[in-house]
Amino acid sequence: MPFKRVVITGLGALTPIGNTVQEFWNGLSAGVSGAGPITKFNAEKFRTKFACEVKGLDVNQFIPRQDARKMDPFAQYALIVADEAVKDAGLDLTKLDLTKAGVIWGSGIGGLKTFEDEVKTYATGDGTPRYNPFFIPKMIADSASGMLSIRYGFYGVNYVTVSACASATNAMIDAFNFIRLGRLNIAISGGSEAAVTEAGVGGFNALRALSERNDSPETASRPFDKDRDGFVLGEGAGALILEEYEHAKARGAKIYAELIGGGMSSDAYHITAPHPEGLGAVNVMKDALNDAQIGPEDVDYINVHGTSTPLGDFSEATAIEKVFGEHAYNLNISSTKSMTGHLLGAAGAIEAIACLMAMHHGVVPPTINHFTDDEQFNPNLNFTFNEAQKRPISIALSNTFGFGGHNFSVIFRKLES
Amino acid sequence: MSDIKSKVIAIIVEKLGVEESEVTMEASFTNDLGADSLDTVELIMEFEKEFNISIPDDQAENIGTVGQAVTYLEENVK
Repeated sequence: MPFKRVVITGLGALTPIGNTVQEFWNGLSAGVSGAGPITKFNAEKFRTKFACEVKGLDVNQFIPRQDARKMDPFAQYALIVADEAVKDAGLDLTKLDLTKAGVIWGSGIGGLKTFEDEVKTYATGDGTPRYNPFFIPKMIADSASGMLSIRYGFYGVNYVTVSACASATNAMIDAFNFIRLGRLNIAISGGSEAAVTEAGVGGFNALRALSERNDSPETASRPFDKDRDGFVLGEGAGALILEEYEHAKARGAKIYAELIGGGMSSDAYHITAPHPEGLGAVNVMKDALNDAQIGPEDVDYINVHGTSTPLGDFSEATAIEKVFGEHAYNLNISSTKSMTGHLLGAAGAIEAIACLMAMHHGVVPPTINHFTDDEQFNPNLNFTFNEAQKRPISIALSNTFGFGGHNFSVIFRKLES
Repeated sequence: MSDIKSKVIAIIVEKLGVEESEVTMEASFTNDLGADSLDTVELIMEFEKEFNISIPDDQAENIGTVGQAVTYLEENVK
């Protein structure tokens, strides 16, 4: 039985540079930075005192207070973006076969704030356990997909992938596989993360993973720049409605693009460091191209993982040259993390949306904050530094790599009208 | 209204998101005020915290209405 085709019919975004897909795209194409001093807690004693926070969000506009207080922020974010995506897709829930509608979500960590608050309350008490009955259901990462399935009455497969910063892409590939196998007609996929917390910042600081450019937060995320010094922690969410092509066509849905391939690999090397020669990155891009049945020369744009860490950016650029050969120099490459910061388990979701919007508009969003060339990188690689570039995009690839050596890539193709 | 009663009502309004007018002494947490089993556990914990007492499980099981909570607390809070 041949695989079914899978298309994207709805999008939702909540990011440090825009709280809807449209606002997000406006920020991306204009090259806006979402970084600023941390407002969520007093970061005075932390090595890093800034992050890319979601701004101006009134959760109660979207979720009644009574329901919202039983959700960690990462689950609230999931609900907000899923609502936007379901609405964008024009889904009539009364007309769907709900047993073939699923939710496969991604989150690298889950309810970190909830965990911190509850444990702190216990640790500062007299030893009497007074854990809130909602502690565990709020904290566990799969609560996001559970909440979404309840909200829309989707009776199909429902779970959350936990593969660090690759979680959302992992989720999309799983949803893609279920739909092309005919096991689902439609899935809400994507990811959400809300780790700008004391433990989140403190923990990543301890790993020396974060930029410490406290005197200039908005220029701190500078992927592929010589003076990059680590990633900038971000938060937010992205949702994508994945749908079987004929199902989408039959209901007259708007189609953003087709998801044509998913790549999966493991570094099998180190729990946090990338493989120095980008072995896992090479394998995952090759696997994605192979799955999509296209050649390297067919790709126009790569939205890279590019977190602005010294090692990670180098190994990814090396991997691109190995996989794409001469065509590497014809590609547009950009790291939108230069603007959004690193949304960890949600990164793959908002970066997939960046790819889809880039295809839709024929505009490649930039890698902002480029000040100094790094001689490590071949000058013929086009990282789309500082300003967006116009370019018709037929095929875009998005990379995400996670601590633990998890690598996932997805490839989208514009449908010919 | 006793101090205990007004505090109990305030906790229920806050935790269950109901109108104060709905919180009558006869109102059942689950049947009238929309609480599920976890909400009920949370309410008992809030009462314990607010009034600085410990309510044993076998006692907590008998607290199903607003009035039962008020009566229990009035009898047991020092």
